[in-house]
Amino acid sequence: MPTPSWYDDEAGPVVRPYALTGGRTHYDGADLFDLVALIVTRDDTAPDEGDSAPGAHPARWAPDPEHEMILALCRAPLSVVEIASELELPLGVVRVLLGDLLDRSLIEVRRPAPVARFPGERVLKEVIDGIRAL
Amino acid sequence: MESVRSDRDPQQADSALTVKILVAGGFGVGKTTLVSAVSEIRPLRTEESLTEKSVGIDDTSAVSQKTTTTVAMDFGRITLPNGLVLFVFGTPGQDRFWFMWDELAKGALGAVVLVDTRRLADCFPSVDYFERRGVPFIVGVNRFDGAGAHTPEQVRDALDLSPEIPVIECDVRDRESAKHVLIALVEHIMRTMSNGRQPATH
Repeated sequence: MPTPSWYDDEAGPVVRPYALTGGRTHYDGADLFDLVALIVTRDDTAPDEGDSAPGAHPARWAPDPEHEMILALCRAPLSVVEIASELELPLGVVRVLLGDLLDRSLIEVRRPAPVARFPGERVLKEVIDGIRAL
Repeated sequence: MESVRSDRDPQQADSALTVKILVAGGFGVGKTTLVSAVSEIRPLRTEESLTEKSVGIDDTSAVSQKTTTTVAMDFGRITLPNGLVLFVFGTPGQDRFWFMWDELAKGALGAVVLVDTRRLADCFPSVDYFERRGVPFIVGVNRFDGAGAHTPEQVRDALDLSPEIPVIECDVRDRESAKHVLIALVEHIMRTMSNGRQPATH
């Protein structure tokens, strides 16, 4: 088997992560899922009574375990990049999974405030004070 | 199927006030160490696949090669006392992972380019990238044991940096020093802004 030169041990393991997404590599709204956008599981769709059957979800959709893991992780807001890290999945895969959840209104996306585009002096001072206080 | 998303998102923007800072530099220069020194959590690692963005396979004839490799990327999160969330991302060190940089740089407040004076050239691509992108950055000269005693001024000359870009010495293993680097960056950004982004005249 020929080995393409662009990967090696340093590049990490070779995987087929898109098997998880049924081969889908893209979600149309993927721009929504900025690295630091926060994802929150919607309250009304994640009842706390817990281990009831997955049939509790609307529509006839059978979520994968990874979908369930995301919903569990995001009871408290969590960034896209942290979700990827927790699940040990590539960002691209996580975005497809998030798209599934968003399409079914199971999550909300809190996009990062445009701090970086127009950082006010006040915000920058707060960042400095915050770092100093660490 | 009905779609009930968006619309109300903008109102929630305040609750997601996040700031992103990048740490760049050559392999082994201390990016991960800097991220670890300031992060409240163990540095998380995430991965990005190469299939779609970089390799550019666009038809099924290449299916047999559709393996995917991953890029490890370190990042840390710091919740500041005022509720701001600061993310510090270490950029992937290998040239072939440049495609990740665009995503990282999007919306970033600024960047720290770490330099090892024994391998100064390793940081050239990072400096070029941020200059080209207009991302504010500073240079941190990481003090390695046994590293030559190059002054910040010598590093500045070697990198041909414009005079307003700070070059500071640091030891990223030390938390206080790492904090100082980040603060120096934010202060630089404040100065850049109050100067109205480069008076290119004269």
